[in-house]
Amino acid sequence: MAAVMLMAFNGRIAGISGISAGALTGKAGDRLWRITFVAGLIAGPLLLMWVSGNELAFVQVTSLPMIIVAGLLVGFGTQLGSGCTSGHGVCGISRLSARSITATVVFMAAGVATVAIVRAMSGTLS
Amino acid sequence: MNKVLAALLSGIVFGIGLSVSQMTNPEKVKGFLDIFGHWDPSLALVMCAALITTGIGYRLVLRRSKPLFDKNFLLPTQQRIDVRLSIGAVSFGIGWGISGLCPGPAIAGLGLGQSSLYVFVISMALGMVVFQQANRLFNRRFQ
Repeated sequence: MAAVMLMAFNGRIAGISGISAGALTGKAGDRLWRITFVAGLIAGPLLLMWVSGNELAFVQVTSLPMIIVAGLLVGFGTQLGSGCTSGHGVCGISRLSARSITATVVFMAAGVATVAIVRAMSGTLS
Repeated sequence: MNKVLAALLSGIVFGIGLSVSQMTNPEKVKGFLDIFGHWDPSLALVMCAALITTGIGYRLVLRRSKPLFDKNFLLPTQQRIDVRLSIGAVSFGIGWGISGLCPGPAIAGLGLGQSSLYVFVISMALGMVVFQQANRLFNRRFQ
């Protein structure tokens, strides 16, 4: 829904990594809409909690040092690979872009492999 | 102004979507990626629903000559599947698998007061800036 809205109104792909990177380092005239999009993105869950009266579940799955490593990899990787779950995974596949389909298959496979390796290393095999 | 409000509204809807589908919970995302362990495939349904909505929506919207509040549609023009795309996707996938976080849910969760998310988003921003600086240097040297 949100991706279609952003395309219909502003003609832009709703890729979070691209929008947020541009909000950080983009050209002056192209930043404000990015910043408000990010503000909306943060406000959305708060609005939902306020309306529903429920807390959102949040369970951290790794240690803080690993969170830093993961953050760096995600930041660097989404810029090098021009997109993340939203830009490639949702918007790109919806446009049947071969690049996005490839990227999505690759990052899903890397994610699945990483979780499997972490599981094997931590010895919590079930 | 309309453009800015439209972005705000799209952001809000996006944020609500991520939280309703529980993508803001790293444990849920990790479960989705944990095919060889305790696999929780429910996010695949979320992904399918998003693809159907966006697939149909884009087709209707892109029939128009231009968006409501801007001069033209800005669509990616790159077609080439290259090493950059693959290495970038691998790097992102590893980070996603470690943390159960990708850019959308991490940013959307910033209002929840989880300190690990601040750490993640700052690291992610740093990763983006590092890439852009490295890219600039690389382009200056080789092109």
